[in-house]
Amino acid sequence: MSMRFTASFAWRDSRGSRRRMLLFISSMVLGVAALVSINSFGDNLERAIDNEARTLLGADLSFESDNPFPDDIEALIDSIGGNQSRRTSFSSMAFFPAPGKARLATVRAHEPGYPFYGSVVTEPAGAADRYLEAAGALVDGTLMNQFEVETGDSVRIGNQTYPILGRILETPRESAAVGLFSPRIYIPLAGLDTTLTTLGSRVEYEVYFQFPDGRDADALRDSLQATLRAADVGSDTVREEQEGWSRALTNLYRFLGLVGFMSLLLGGLGVASSIHVYVKQRIATVAVLRVYGASVATTVAVYLVQAIGMGIVGALLGSFVGVGLQTLIPVLLSDFLPVDVVFAVSWPAVLLGSGIGLGVTILFTLMPLLRVRSVSPLDALRSGADEHASPLRDPWWWVATAMAASGLVAFAIIQAPDWKVGLGYSAGLAAVFLVLAGLSSLLVKGLVRFTPASLPYVIRQGVANLYRPNNQTLMMVFSLGLGTFLISTLLVSQQVLLDQLDVLGGGEQPNLIMYDIQPDQVAPVEQLLAQQGVPVMSSVPIVTMRLEAINDETIDAMREDTTQRLSWAHRREYRSTFRSTLTKSETLVEGAFQGIWDGTGAIPVSAEVDVAEELGVDLGDRITWNVQGVMLDAEITSLREVDWQRLETNFFFVFPEGALEQAPAFHVVMTRAADDEQSARLQSAVVEAYPNVSSIDLALILGVFDAIFSRIAFIIRFMALFSILTGLIVLASAVIVSRFQRMQESVLLKTLGASRHTVLQIMAVEYTVLGFVSALTGILLAIIAGWSLSYFVFEATFVLHAVPLLLLLGTVMLLTLVIGMLNSRGVYERETMDVLRSEI
Amino acid sequence: MAVVLSVRDLTKTFKSGSRSLTVLDSVSFDLEEGDTFSIVGPSGSGKTTLLGLCAGLDGPTRGSISLCGHDMGSLGEDERARVRNEHVGFVFQSFRLLPTLTALENVMVPAELRGRRGIVDGARDLLAEVGLGDRLGHYPTQLSGGEQQRVALARAFINKPDILFADEPTGNLDAETSAHLEEIMFRLNRTAGTTLVLVTHDAELASRTGRILRLRGGKAVEQEVVPAP
Repeated sequence: MSMRFTASFAWRDSRGSRRRMLLFISSMVLGVAALVSINSFGDNLERAIDNEARTLLGADLSFESDNPFPDDIEALIDSIGGNQSRRTSFSSMAFFPAPGKARLATVRAHEPGYPFYGSVVTEPAGAADRYLEAAGALVDGTLMNQFEVETGDSVRIGNQTYPILGRILETPRESAAVGLFSPRIYIPLAGLDTTLTTLGSRVEYEVYFQFPDGRDADALRDSLQATLRAADVGSDTVREEQEGWSRALTNLYRFLGLVGFMSLLLGGLGVASSIHVYVKQRIATVAVLRVYGASVATTVAVYLVQAIGMGIVGALLGSFVGVGLQTLIPVLLSDFLPVDVVFAVSWPAVLLGSGIGLGVTILFTLMPLLRVRSVSPLDALRSGADEHASPLRDPWWWVATAMAASGLVAFAIIQAPDWKVGLGYSAGLAAVFLVLAGLSSLLVKGLVRFTPASLPYVIRQGVANLYRPNNQTLMMVFSLGLGTFLISTLLVSQQVLLDQLDVLGGGEQPNLIMYDIQPDQVAPVEQLLAQQGVPVMSSVPIVTMRLEAINDETIDAMREDTTQRLSWAHRREYRSTFRSTLTKSETLVEGAFQGIWDGTGAIPVSAEVDVAEELGVDLGDRITWNVQGVMLDAEITSLREVDWQRLETNFFFVFPEGALEQAPAFHVVMTRAADDEQSARLQSAVVEAYPNVSSIDLALILGVFDAIFSRIAFIIRFMALFSILTGLIVLASAVIVSRFQRMQESVLLKTLGASRHTVLQIMAVEYTVLGFVSALTGILLAIIAGWSLSYFVFEATFVLHAVPLLLLLGTVMLLTLVIGMLNSRGVYERETMDVLRSEI
Repeated sequence: MAVVLSVRDLTKTFKSGSRSLTVLDSVSFDLEEGDTFSIVGPSGSGKTTLLGLCAGLDGPTRGSISLCGHDMGSLGEDERARVRNEHVGFVFQSFRLLPTLTALENVMVPAELRGRRGIVDGARDLLAEVGLGDRLGHYPTQLSGGEQQRVALARAFINKPDILFADEPTGNLDAETSAHLEEIMFRLNRTAGTTLVLVTHDAELASRTGRILRLRGGKAVEQEVVPAP
């Protein structure tokens, strides 16, 4: 085999097809671009985290606890020395007098000093340097926007009113997204209304250290670990914080990498489908080469060289686009990032992305290229002289397919956060592929078979055209269908979740919860509600407690025992209630619920089934509770299932009446406001009268849901966009490669007397039906997926909203029609004789 | 004179499901260096099948073909391709020029496949000989049918073949162009001493060859020696 001939012939043979080839690989360009940009962004992110490690924590070391530090820890903190700064954080209602509105916020009360590294970025700049001395507040930008308050207005936390000195833009330890879920307010620790931290609220106490003497914070922390753990005090060092962020962000960008994987897969399929048609059109050339003595290897090599060339160009273009795209990612994800990511080209990412792009191009062109092997020189004498066997009978076709599949799976595994996710993702995509392919082929066959003969000719001809050889109908339906599937699944599941929230807030369900109400405030708060004309739907006492021991084995002892794995359920602070009956959201599954305790023996408690499983306890097991210093012995006498989706006060453990009445408690009161305005008025009235009382309304929950969902939706839309774009590229390629065939059809119709209008109508019907079948396939699959999600995951009633799906159907049909017609320009205009004479 | 092509008892049968169809049945003949030979017969008589078998484009069901001393039946696909490259020229009814190559490049392809270098001058001379010296850089779509067939003829002679197979070489051309092409073909044949095998419907063209094989239903019904003019 002459390499010289192969290379030069491959180059010459590509003349006239190079623009088409560029179109073939543009789907691959998208995939490489996605990979390069995502991986390059990941590299830059890691570098940024390394460079700004200390600013992530804002200190060299930190301790944190849910309770005020006990004396021995205070003594320890004293002995550690260095520069220290304390912070106390809790949730509280923030009342803004200017608009007269209140909302739950995360309050962080600081001492001077923190952050020792990095800074709190505010607008106006420098407000973070002044607010402690000026006894002012810094408020999250999102919260200020929500209530339309400005710097200079004031905010009341508890009984203290603070002038707002600036809006928070960036803070150490937290990404801006935190503000979406729980907006932050920074105030000075000095002068804090201490009733807020003593009356039931969950409070986090922190102390931050800076060691100007360059002490090894990790070594110091390790030496103190046992003491800290015994006192339930957590700690954090720069290295740990850095590792934590690194892990979380690696997962984020690896997940994004799966977006790249899908676009690469689609790109690969797009290239394979285009090459399939391209090779078919090259059969005459291959046959002539064979007549003149070219070996099978030489002819295959010619087209392999072209494929490699296409792969290289695709990889280069993709890298170029990817480097450009990379500048956009930090902007899109800035809310989630703890550091500023500086743009720099990551050459390893470029090399990896282009290498994978080149590899996938070659792997996916191998399957159609195998066809070249079976071209007989006899094809030069009589086209179609040799009946070619189905590729499924060619063992090499299976080898090439297996290589392509395993290459992709391996890539998914490399890119995914772990191998199971990669494997699952590949399997899921394969399943979607099979279902989509099956559904679309059924739909196309059904359409062709059941199109009534009474329909006008243009419609029947347009539908029949879907079966044109080389039309790549299945591939187009798959790509467009996949994109439509992703978008409609998103629409369907979003609707299911929103409907569920509507149900929660509908009818006679409560839609406003007030908590942290002290025992002496219960009656006045209920009275205030009555004055506002809203009902008290439930009023529940809550007592905070921790697990001390299970069946006499203390949690501390379990912690020491390395053979036992302690879960969140062992460590958490429990908020339990006491009552004599079960509520509507509870179902007894085992044992007998005892509502009254007569004071003798262990207290009979009812456990929720999941937490019981997590703790490894069952009926008859004994639990010792530490109720704010007082030990109470209890026995599990019943197990309950709880419907957590109801907006009610639900509990892991329920005590009987007669057990906790003397314990310090706070109350939760639930009510129903008629509308948002009444809810806002009610919250303001309560917080004005009782600043320690916090409230959450359904609108707030909806807001949080929307904030989370819109972030997830963005990534899914991104995937869908890639998919639809690939589908349109495949459509454009297919129309262009079958252009001569379309011209011949058009000429034949013209010769038979069809007008320009008729020919255009037939084409329009073909593209519209193609768009319709693709979109319908995706939507049908999305309805199945949406139903499965609502039934198995959300456990909600499946409700279908047709309008958004119909709009999507129309959009995909229109897009397909426009792209198809644009690429068919000039088909009708070609002179009849030109086409009839032409051999090419 | 050396025998260039020896065909013995050549039979080709195609199977379609349980039925088999014999398209060529026990055909035998020998051709020597410089012979001119035409195969004639009605459509479906097996002319093109015979040509394809003689050139080693396909394998027979029975019988043997010896082309330039090579037993084609014993050779594999790639070995037959090598024999074609070294000994055979081919002209097709529908020209079969490679659309992406210029006239000059089309002519050079067989020589390049052989790994020959410095072939541009030879290709240019051949194109000049067929009267296309001024059309070297033209693509097939820019040439008329007669011009395309002349390029194909030049391509067939670039490797100085021992034998030229032509399948209805004038079938797609008008009478005047056909006559011109025939002149060139026979001249090149005489000059190079190439054996010429033609498949044609054109009785006049056939009568210009030294021998005519008539096929009917796959059988050789007559071998006629044409008296020299």
